[in-house]
Amino acid sequence: MEGAWEIAFVFFQVWLSIVVGLIMLPAMFGVSLGFTDIYIKVLVKTLEWATLRIQRGQKEQAALPSQSANGIIEKDDGSMQEEIGELRRSHPKNLAGGDFTLCDAFYFCKKGIENIVEDQVTQRFTSEELASWNLLTRTNNNFCYISLRLTIIWGLGVFIRYCILLPLRITLAVIGLSWLVIGTILVGLLPSSNVKNWLSDLVHITCYRICARGLSATIRYHNKENRPKKGGICVANHTSPIDIVILANDGCYAMVGQVHGGLMGVLQRSIVRSCPHVWFERSEMKDRHAVAKRLKDHIADKTKLPILIFPEGTCINNTSVMMFKKGSFEIGGTIYPVAIKYDPQFGDAFWNSAKYNMVSYLLRMMTSWAIVCNVWYLPPMTRQDGEDAVQFANRVKSAIAHQGGLVDLSWDGGLKREKVKESLKEEQQKMYSSMIIGSDFNENVNTQQLH
Amino acid sequence: MGSRASSLLREEDIEEIKKETGFSHSQITRLYSRFHSLDKGENGALSREDFQRIPELAINPLGDRIINAFFPEGTNKKYTAREDQVNFRGFMRTLAHFRPVEDNEKNKDLTSGEPLNSRTNKLHFAFQLYDLDRDDKISRDELLQVLRMMVGVNISDEQLGSIADRTIQEADTNGDMCISFSEFTKVLEKVDVEQKMSIRFLH
Repeated sequence: MEGAWEIAFVFFQVWLSIVVGLIMLPAMFGVSLGFTDIYIKVLVKTLEWATLRIQRGQKEQAALPSQSANGIIEKDDGSMQEEIGELRRSHPKNLAGGDFTLCDAFYFCKKGIENIVEDQVTQRFTSEELASWNLLTRTNNNFCYISLRLTIIWGLGVFIRYCILLPLRITLAVIGLSWLVIGTILVGLLPSSNVKNWLSDLVHITCYRICARGLSATIRYHNKENRPKKGGICVANHTSPIDIVILANDGCYAMVGQVHGGLMGVLQRSIVRSCPHVWFERSEMKDRHAVAKRLKDHIADKTKLPILIFPEGTCINNTSVMMFKKGSFEIGGTIYPVAIKYDPQFGDAFWNSAKYNMVSYLLRMMTSWAIVCNVWYLPPMTRQDGEDAVQFANRVKSAIAHQGGLVDLSWDGGLKREKVKESLKEEQQKMYSSMIIGSDFNENVNTQQLH
Repeated sequence: MGSRASSLLREEDIEEIKKETGFSHSQITRLYSRFHSLDKGENGALSREDFQRIPELAINPLGDRIINAFFPEGTNKKYTAREDQVNFRGFMRTLAHFRPVEDNEKNKDLTSGEPLNSRTNKLHFAFQLYDLDRDDKISRDELLQVLRMMVGVNISDEQLGSIADRTIQEADTNGDMCISFSEFTKVLEKVDVEQKMSIRFLH
């Protein structure tokens, strides 16, 4: 009996020293030993081979053609005026008052059915469909059995991910987070000084780096010269809570958010000791002026770290950027836009909060192949004269969407849970009314289109 | 390693739907995925709320009428288990009206007579958008109600009334102050219904 315990203990010591020596220490010094790179390369080769095998297999079986993620239908992009105009062309025109024809309904009908088959919004709240299978069971939506070799590789993958990588990653995550809590509490004991700030930054970055290793994250940063500076506001598109780890691996930010209970609360209370973050009570969040004031005060102090904000307000699936809430753009200050794009081939980073809670989400993250993403720092932007907060927000959103190769949508991410506003329907009705009545209405017509 | 969403869809069902609607195998499986993603309750059927959850449909002035078209009156057990739910076959049957008309179909011999996506059936679909009580006539009242849906608050009752009157006057040939389906068809005979009421499905 004792022998078994001794062996287990030795094993554990070896394990721990491997973790510390090969992963933690390099992480602290920002050095990469290259294991992750090799792993990613092997993975890419394997997935390419798997894709070819699947394609070959599908041709042989003459089964379903490969489901491209191109969409189900091809849509016309005409405006309401154009489409209804075309409809009416063949219809004899009514001369006296009122320009309505029975075929006008065709336009709304067709648009409605098109949206039932495929719409721009609901698809953003579920994981992106992959063009080809990446050997994870969870993404296996439309792929059939192909060959024994593929199944073996898949089985091997399951073993590696669940039995080797998962324990390793959990260990790292635990170490990283504990170190964050302990380190920040210790730093918090020091009096305010440059040394304290420097130590705080070091503790933060080290912990985020360890957490990143805990996800096998490979991050490529572009245009580092545009990195957010103190006194500024960093805005980025939001895909998952991991975004924070991704960004904080290359810089220190002041976080903004609601006060939580539980583990999150512990983290929040400890990190705020070493450097100022902005945590709001739930009641404060409702008062927009109070929120704006606190943020303004923070950025006015040039010694404080740049604020990190996700203006979409909710997680989107990384295929598009949805409406940016104008609150962060009314504060003033310089905005540093950042675009984050994950490569879905290695692991789906999107947090579908309706389907998974935080813990199951993190477990899914840790049992994926890896997290591979690109981060682009965009040149800073400020609000121009004659531009209001909404237009400024849209400008920043377009820049981020363009850089990240994402679709730029003006729909509200809140539609994940809430109903659409009646006012949007009223806009459609107004636009149509102007087509019936004629020139009297044309001056006040909105340019919102029904897509 | 089967498929996830389409494992609930059997091959026999796909074949039957293919015969009834004319969609291809891959189109049916793709539309099944869409059906499945709209079905939040995961009970194999869509309710009106499931449709309303699509924002672009919710802001469509005729959104409610279009959704209603999926829920035919009475319960034909093939398509609806309950009056307020539509299953996948019913879903596909309604969508089938919007398949483009292909030349080789004009000569096909189908069990139900005319294919669902014929010009007549497309016109009938549009007709039913106006015919609220499904009595095969569009009365002045019904036309007014649908017009009101389309224009919201932007046009006065008076103006809308005269628009409705004029439309009925134009179309009504037998003097009953209602528009029947044949009158509806006659008025729109020059409109390119095949193109305007068709959706280009890929693969």
